[in-house]
Amino acid sequence: MLIGNKGKFFAMIFGVALTSLIITQQSSIFVGLMSRTVGFIFDTPLPDLWVMDPKVQFVDDIKPMQDTKLLQVRGVQGVEWAVPLYKGSIRARLANGTFQTCNVIGLDDATLVGGPPTMVSGRVADLRLADSVIVDEAAAQGKLAKPGPTPQSPKTPLKIGDLLELNDNRAVVVGIARTTRTFQSQPIVYTTYSRATRFAPRERKLLSFILAKVKPGEDFTEVARRINGQTGLAAYTAPQLKGLTIRYFMKNTGIPINFGIAVGLGFLVGVAIVGQTFYSFITDNMRYLGILKAMGAKNNVLFTMIILQTFLVGALGSGIGMGIASLTSIISKNSELAFYMPWQIPVVTVLATTLITLLTTIFSLWKVIRLEPGIVFRG
Amino acid sequence: MDPAIVCTNLTKSYGPKGNLTPALRGIDLEVKAGELFMLVGPSGCGKTTLISVIAGILNHDEGTCRIFSRDLDAMDDGDRTEFRGKNVGFVFQAYNLIPTLTTTENTSIPLILNGVPRAEANERSREMLRQVGLGSKLDTLPTELSGGQQQRVAIARALVHNPRLIVCDEPTSALDHTTGSEIMELFRHEALKGGRTLVIVTHDARIFQYADRIGVMDDGRITRIVNSPSEL
Ligand SMILES: Nc1ncnc2c1ncn2[C@@H]1O[C@H](COP(=O)(O)OP(=O)(O)OP(=O)(O)O)[C@@H](O)[C@H]1O
Ligand SMILES: [Mg+2]
Repeated sequence: MLIGNKGKFFAMIFGVALTSLIITQQSSIFVGLMSRTVGFIFDTPLPDLWVMDPKVQFVDDIKPMQDTKLLQVRGVQGVEWAVPLYKGSIRARLANGTFQTCNVIGLDDATLVGGPPTMVSGRVADLRLADSVIVDEAAAQGKLAKPGPTPQSPKTPLKIGDLLELNDNRAVVVGIARTTRTFQSQPIVYTTYSRATRFAPRERKLLSFILAKVKPGEDFTEVARRINGQTGLAAYTAPQLKGLTIRYFMKNTGIPINFGIAVGLGFLVGVAIVGQTFYSFITDNMRYLGILKAMGAKNNVLFTMIILQTFLVGALGSGIGMGIASLTSIISKNSELAFYMPWQIPVVTVLATTLITLLTTIFSLWKVIRLEPGIVFRG
Repeated sequence: MDPAIVCTNLTKSYGPKGNLTPALRGIDLEVKAGELFMLVGPSGCGKTTLISVIAGILNHDEGTCRIFSRDLDAMDDGDRTEFRGKNVGFVFQAYNLIPTLTTTENTSIPLILNGVPRAEANERSREMLRQVGLGSKLDTLPTELSGGQQQRVAIARALVHNPRLIVCDEPTSALDHTTGSEIMELFRHEALKGGRTLVIVTHDARIFQYADRIGVMDDGRITRIVNSPSEL
């Protein structure tokens, strides 16, 4: 038995929908951006432990180690194998003479552990060919694509067999890989460890990470502790390194604050719209609620009516809002937009809209408890 | 038979402590079961206040008011609400039908509040609407009805669950003379059936003739009770 005013009913649904849209959308973009910071870790699933200089604060914060550290790590009890990984920025010179900084990943020459997750064309094993590199798909079509004769003319995507110049060294493209987008969106170039260190500017230390596999039956944290004790290096599991990286970005960039403000605003807008429409809705209907009460409707009957109505609004509104957000997610799947919606986000959105609904419901119930049926005889 | 309503030395004031407006200044009244009792008097003399107390929707200050030998003041809010739902029917000057519900649904409300299943409630409501002459408007919305028709729906709603007492505040004041008389005929022929008691507050001198007795109020007191309008 809904006492209805269609306009207000839709205004309330709209308010909840807008709120849940903003909350879902903003937190998904936030999570999307944050997961980009750890995209590289996602793409390197094989090792159990990532070993690095203890002062490293996040995955792109490279503090090179001496090559001898690799042997030390291999000697730690419980380590099945350990391979070197180079990760660093190297300038590529494009055919038209402009430069583009690339994120070069150097994989262990023998095993190629840490290679690209999905190949679009070519094979990872072709990295064993002379001067070979694999570039990521987005860069091949974008930042590393060959420019046309004029700035306006379309670029030609990089393909197998094309040449690149990395820090004055010749490189041949032998494959195109699909990688998880990273935060800096720099082109990713895979090659072998020895070649990467040859491309890289001369430095005393070049070993960025040591990727280690733990022997079956050994405890990860125990082995990590041993590595730290014997080599002075830090060893993290992939989730730990992701956590470290995300915490670093949270603490040191304005990203969380900006998104926090957007999400908070969304919530306030929702509370304001829904609260305000619901308030006037209840006030308008006070007379009818009073009549029902005079005719014998107990408080719990009136409560049920109000709760049914608010929760219908809450459910419809958050459904519509999250629906639009998911639609954006589908549409933006192949775009630059960072949008990632893990299951926690809808849950949080539902909690937020439930909270709004609850607040307005409690407010309405409070009005109903104080309702004097005597108002029914007043003009 | 016991009287339907017995009020002794009833008082009621409105407003905050220190700035009270007295509305009832000591009412002594007995309304017999089965009679049509009218309350008349100048504006602001306390008529609405008195029937609100009688109907159990307003708490009084002093004195007692027993409805069918029950002291509503001694009940808690829930029991009083339940008592109203079973025993009291309401008719208002402004009809107060719920605008989004059809006439049948509006009429069903008291039955549904008393736990009657919806199908049976609707059936009984349709029967009641036929009795008040609205057999052709069973599924109409209140906004599509004339004032007299809306008041008939309100009367059907007040009678449908067979309460022992009907209270009405100015039921004919918004209607023209002919329609008002028709409504009063309806009250006399339908509402009083089965020994039901009616208390009607009114300004409308044209309907005084339908009363069994008339209580005249002035400034919070009942000054006279007469048996026919000619004595006024
Ligand atoms: N809710 C209220 N708050 C304060 N004063 C009130 C309230 N309701 C009524 N009064 C006052 O109590 C007195 C009696 O009011 P009541 O409505 O009972 O009169 P009435 O006889 O029904 O008048 P009318 O014929 O105009 O409907 C009046 O002085 C009125 O101003
Ligand atoms: Mg009045």
